[in-house]
Formats: sequence, C-alpha cells, structure tokens
Amino acid sequence: MGNEFMRKSTLLCAVSLAAVLATPVAAQELTIGLSSEPSALDPHYHNLGPNNAMRRHTYDSLVLQDEKQQLQPALATSWKPVDDTTWEFKLREGVTFHDGSPFTAKDVVFTVCRIPTVEDSPSSFTVYTKAITDMQIKDSHTLILKTAKPYPLLPVEVSTWGVLSATANGVTGDIGFSPDGCTGVDSYPKTQAFNDGSKAFGTGPFKFKEFTRGEKIVLERNENYWGTKPHWQTVTFRPITSNGPRVAALLAGDVDMIDKPPLQDLERIKSEGFEVAQGLSNRVIYLHFDHEQEPTPGIDGTDGKNPFKDARVREAVSKAINREAIVARIMGGVAVPAGELLPQGMFGSTPGAVHDSYDPDAAKKLLADAGYGDGFKLVLGSPNDRYINDAQIAQAVAQMLTRVGIETEVDAMTKSTFFARRNKYEFSLYMAGWGSGTGEMSSPLRALVATRDKDKGMGGTNRGRYSDAELDAMIEEALATVDDDKRESILRQASQKAMENYAILPLHYEVTPWAYREGLSYTPRTDQYTIATGVKPAG
Amino acid sequence: MLVYFLRRLGQSLFVIAAMAVLVFIGVYAIGNPIDMMISPDADQAEMEAAIARLGLDKPLWEQFYIFVINALQGDLGNSFVYATPAVELILSKLPATLELAFLALLFAIFLGVPLGMIAGLKPDSIAGKTIMTGSIMGFSLPNFWQGMMLILLFAVVLRWLPSTGRGDTVDVLGVPVSFLTWDGLSHMLLPAINLALFKTSLVIRLARAGTREVMLQDYVKFARAKGLSQRRIVLVHIAKNIMIPVVTILGLELGSMIAFAVVTETVFAWPGMGKLLIDSIQALDRPVVVAYLMLTVFIFILINFVVDMLYCVLDPRVRLSEAKA
Repeated sequence: MGNEFMRKSTLLCAVSLAAVLATPVAAQELTIGLSSEPSALDPHYHNLGPNNAMRRHTYDSLVLQDEKQQLQPALATSWKPVDDTTWEFKLREGVTFHDGSPFTAKDVVFTVCRIPTVEDSPSSFTVYTKAITDMQIKDSHTLILKTAKPYPLLPVEVSTWGVLSATANGVTGDIGFSPDGCTGVDSYPKTQAFNDGSKAFGTGPFKFKEFTRGEKIVLERNENYWGTKPHWQTVTFRPITSNGPRVAALLAGDVDMIDKPPLQDLERIKSEGFEVAQGLSNRVIYLHFDHEQEPTPGIDGTDGKNPFKDARVREAVSKAINREAIVARIMGGVAVPAGELLPQGMFGSTPGAVHDSYDPDAAKKLLADAGYGDGFKLVLGSPNDRYINDAQIAQAVAQMLTRVGIETEVDAMTKSTFFARRNKYEFSLYMAGWGSGTGEMSSPLRALVATRDKDKGMGGTNRGRYSDAELDAMIEEALATVDDDKRESILRQASQKAMENYAILPLHYEVTPWAYREGLSYTPRTDQYTIATGVKPAG
Repeated sequence: MLVYFLRRLGQSLFVIAAMAVLVFIGVYAIGNPIDMMISPDADQAEMEAAIARLGLDKPLWEQFYIFVINALQGDLGNSFVYATPAVELILSKLPATLELAFLALLFAIFLGVPLGMIAGLKPDSIAGKTIMTGSIMGFSLPNFWQGMMLILLFAVVLRWLPSTGRGDTVDVLGVPVSFLTWDGLSHMLLPAINLALFKTSLVIRLARAGTREVMLQDYVKFARAKGLSQRRIVLVHIAKNIMIPVVTILGLELGSMIAFAVVTETVFAWPGMGKLLIDSIQALDRPVVVAYLMLTVFIFILINFVVDMLYCVLDPRVRLSEAKA
C-alpha cells in the first residue's frame, strides 16, 4: 500500500517536473511572419534587404552594425587604419563555425575570394569588396587589408557580408589573394548548397535547420555561439507577403511577430492586446527635380523652359509643402519630417538641421520673382506600392503645390513601371525613397546628388541629374578621408550645401513598425531588418 | 482521319507560336527587372554588368530569338531571382496547387450536387430558395474579400483553423503532400473552401437545372408509374443523368483552378504555382512568368487537342463532315 502510494507520488512528481521542464522549451520557439522572403540563404547571392537580414542569423561579419547602424566588434575585435590605404583587423579567438572548424584569418580571405564567383547573382556583393586590393594574413588572427586609395568606408563595407569557413569548403593549403581570382581554392560552394543546408556553416547565433521556399525557414540556436546566446531554441520565418493576411496571422496567434504591419491597422492590433514597436529608419522619402532637360516632360505653360533649373522655383516647392501635415494626416504620426537626407544622430547629419517651414505666401512670391507668377502645369511621378502610403503622399504634395499655383497632377504607378520610367528620365518631378545602407551621409549624397559618373561610381540614383562641381569635390574628399571626425565635418558641410541649393527635397523619414504578441519586446532597427536575436521576452 | 489529325496538329502549333510571341512581348514590355533586383547601393558599372549578364542589353528580337531556340530544346530559361530553371521552379510548386484544387473539387461535387438536387426537386420550398440565393452569393462575392472573411471568422475570432501557410507535409514518392496529416489538412481547409465556393455555386445551378429537366422525362414518369420508391428514382435515375453536364464543366474548371488559383493562394500564403506567378510578376522575374504562361497554354491546347481527337474517334459525323470540308 505504502509502496504503491510512493510510486504514484513519484510518477506525479515526474509528470509535474516534466511539465515544468516542458514549459520553457515550448516558450523558446518563435515564429515570425515576414513581408518579403529572401531569394536564397546563400549569404553572398543577393545584396538586398530580406537576404541581408536573414544572413545575420547564420553568418557573422567582421564588424557588426547595431540597431542604430553604429559599428560594433563582431568577428573582428578591433580594427584600425595603419596608414591611409592599409587597415589592420584583429580577429576574435576561440570562435568555431557550425561544423566545428575554427575561425581564422584564412576564412575571411576565402570569403572575399568567393564573393565575385557567385553564379547568377542578381545583385552582387562585389560592391562591398572591390575596394580591397590585397589581403595579407599577418598571423592566424590578424588580417591586413589594402585599398588602392584612402577608403574610410572599409569597416562599414566588411559589415555587409558574412564569413564562410574555408576548411568546411575543402581548402587545406594557403590561399593566394588576388582581386582577379584567388589561388589555392579548388571550388567554391554553390548557392544551392546553402539553400539545402549542406554547406550552410557560419559562426552566427543560429544554425540552418530547414528551408522550403515560399513556406518556411527554420533556424536553431547555436549552442556554441561566441556572443550572447539567443533566447530562442527554434525560430521559424514564414513569408506572408500580403498585408491583410499577415496581420490576420498575428491576430489568430499563428505567428508571434510580423514585420511591416500597415499603418492603418496599428490601432486595431493594439486594441486586440498586441504590441507595436516602432523606430526611426534610415529611409528618407524625397522629391527630385529634373535639373537637366529643357523642355522637361510633364511641364506645361512655361514656353518650353524647365522652371526647376531656377533655384527659386525649387525653394518655392519646398515652402509650399506642409511636411508636418503629411506626417500627421497621411502617416498617422508614424514618420518624422525631414530636413536632410539622413535622420538626426546618424553619421554626417547636422545637429538641429530643420526643414523649410510651411509658407505658401513666400512660395507664391518666389514663383513670381522667378517669372512664374501665373504658375504652370506639372506631372508628379510616384510609385504606389513601394513606400509606406506613397501614392497618398504624392496626392497631398500635388494639392499643396496646386494651392500655390503649380497645377500638379499625380502619375502614380506600380513600382516596376515607375522605376523603369524614372530611369528613362520621364519625370520632371518624382517622389522616391533612399535607405542608407552604410548608415552615413556619404551614402545618400553619393547616390542622389553627386554628378552621374560611371567611372567614379557616383550619382547612381541621381535621376534628376543634379550636378555641382563643388559639391562633387566635397563628397569625393569625404570619401577619401579616413579620419572619422574630419570626414563627418566634411559630410555635414556637403549636406548643408546640397540642402541650401535645393538640389533635392527631403520630405520625411519613414518610421518602421513591428507588431508582436504580448510578452515580447523588439528593439527597432534603423535598417528596417527583422532579426530574431533582437526579439526578447519582455520584463 | 489522318488529314484531320494533321490539320488540328498544325492549328495547335500555330496557336502555341502565336502565344509565344504575345506572351514574350507582353511580359518584356513591362519595366526593367534590374531595377527590382539590384541593391540601390550598386553603382552604374555594377548595374550594366548585371544587365549584360541577364542578356537584357540585347535588342528585343535577339532576346526573343534566343528564347525560341532554347524553348525548342525544352529550356524555358532560368529565373532571374532564384537562378534555377523556371520550369523546375514551377513544377516544384505543382503538388501544393494540385492537392488544393482536388480538395476544392471534392467540396464542389459533394456539396454542390446534393444541394442542387434538393433545389431542383423542391424549387418552391424554403430550402430550395435559400440554396439558390446562397449560390448567387457564392458567384458574386469577390474571392479576395471572401478569403479574408474566412480567415477572420475561423482563424481570428473562433481560432478553429490556422490562418495561412501550408503546415506539415509528408513525402509520398518524393512529393510533399499535406492531406495526410491533421495539421496539413487543417491548413488546407480554408483555402480549399475559398477556392470551392464559386465552383460549388456553379454545380448547384447545373444540378438544379438538370434535375428539373430530367424529372419531366418519360423514363422518370415511367419509373414512378411502375411504383419505384422516390429514393430510388432520385438517387439512381435522376442523379446519374444530371451528372453528364456537371462532369464536363468541372473537368474544364479543374484546369482553371490549377492554373489560376492566384487570388486564393495569395490570401492564404499557400506556396503554390499561383503564388509563385504573382511573386514573379511583382519581381519582374520574366522567365518564370513566360514559362508559366507557356506551360498553361500548352496544357490547355493539349487538352483541347485530345478532346477533339476523341470526338473524331467517337462520333463518325465529325469525321465525315471534316473529310468533306
């Protein structure tokens, strides 16, 4: 009798113990609904947001961009310029890849060698490695990188690609580095080997577990991670590209978290007991003028002249726009009016930079001074499915411009058509956005307002063809100044110069929202990435 | 017979060729895929290299020529986004779409036929009128909205079924299928119902019209005069005879359910071919879109060709009139 009681209570004990043990395990699973799916799990296949965010889970880089895109040590514990064209990176000791092979300087060389060899890459990472002209292994954990010219962006650029294991990919001897093709490597892993997991070995906080395209990506905690181990044992990413169903999946409890919930659903999500995190992003929404063509498309009533060549007209446009109203009414307060191309606090932004205040009378006067007192007709080009509430913003801008005499019609279209037409210079005024991948001012300045120059790699997205030799010189000088303080001050001056000339009109910075169930917390990121290590149990 | 066969074959090939031109030019007229795929950080040299790699710098006629030459060898090109053969990509999504379409087909038959027969047998009863009104709803509700409502009701409010995705799959002969596990099946229910509602309404209408017509036939009257039970008359004599138009129509509709379940798959994030088509259109992944449309065209033409040949075999009148023509 006593025996039986004992057995029963032991059993009960065991059951309750199992229950206690089981609870945290179940709670260590996280499911995230993503608005866009990475095109592959190969860390070097496609240089685009969804892929770059996913890469962070499995493959560490030498340098890490934190939530605010500040540089932090990762696989490199420190780095410094030895002279203007030489950098020394000290690497972290005692780090192992997911297959058990140790991390050394050779793995970094192998990675840089592999990047140009990725087959059929839709957007290659060579943009971030081509500055490297030589790599020398000083010792197993010290790496020397050489560039042809002074290149201050090197630490930022090495933060954009994940490091692979040379040993796991069959390299036994030394690797001879050359930008035109390395020696000592028999073959590089194919993209497919990362999608099926056979070569998916990084040093990151999570390990590859399963990938079914269009259905799910499953990752597992790396128990040997060198840094803070993530809270989650298993993370499942599910692509749910339509907004409505993604919100529904959260409300139904099928996923714990979603990215990019539509702004108009935020109230509903909160009222159902879910939480929303939102943070300033590095993406600025801007208007760009046609500075080149005469006559310019879509403008009528100016006798063939291009009014935007006159800085007074550009200033008038700026003063005619009520940025606060756009943020308050159209963005529901979930945006920040912009006075520059990069938000306050990021590298190269000017402290206290403000936008023109709304002043329709001054705008009318400026137009009259410039000889357009009777106004003119304008077509504003805009995408309608690329940025948050983009078509509505364009409509609001058009109404505000019409109020000061520039009769504006909006031509909003799907992004694929919009970008193709914009790149053929079919708009005299267009609205678009720019996210600064490097987190510093040189990125928007170089892309949007520097004179288009293929050889120098400048002005890639300057589809208004703005050109100012002095500004170009400043941007080039900044891009060749390794000293951070000096570079920042040059970038600030360049940014102010571009703003004073109304080269481009920033409207607002997007604020990125995330929504999740109660009991979680997420630190918003300026790069808009959704990264599972940033999701933590609240409290 | 041989002449007829050759003539139909020639017509089919002509349609395929004409569609190839239309589809290719139509798809290639839209946008520039590089703008959608490349990182904004890439500079002009980088962009030009990407354009050249995809062959987009060549004139349209040359791109079309390359496409035709490859297509004749059975190669419809590689996906720009995934860098895998487009046909392989589409076929990998086929099982998910097929099982959804078949489940929807089962719903349409096993709900539509009995309801239609009830409405046909008792057209003036409340049940009959309710069914007919319901079928009008099934016809006219927009698929997208209806899917969202199903999710809201069954997944968000009642929490009976999962909202989106495919759930657990089991490999049968190397093909992943969902219908063998409860988790997989529960994920399939909502999208299948959404896909089936329109077809069910169609079947209800066909079954009702058929029932009303057959009930007036002499053999039904005779069966009744002979004293057969109502049950036997309905289940054997009427049911069998109304199935002919139902089967014909559903056969055709199955094709369109497989090829164009786009809306349902998008709403329910169901990883099938329709979802792939929409994603590829948005990403301007031209080879996938072209391959998808060409495969669809090919399947429909093949079905029609086989049907025509069968008519010819089955019905001597077709053969004779064609021979004279």
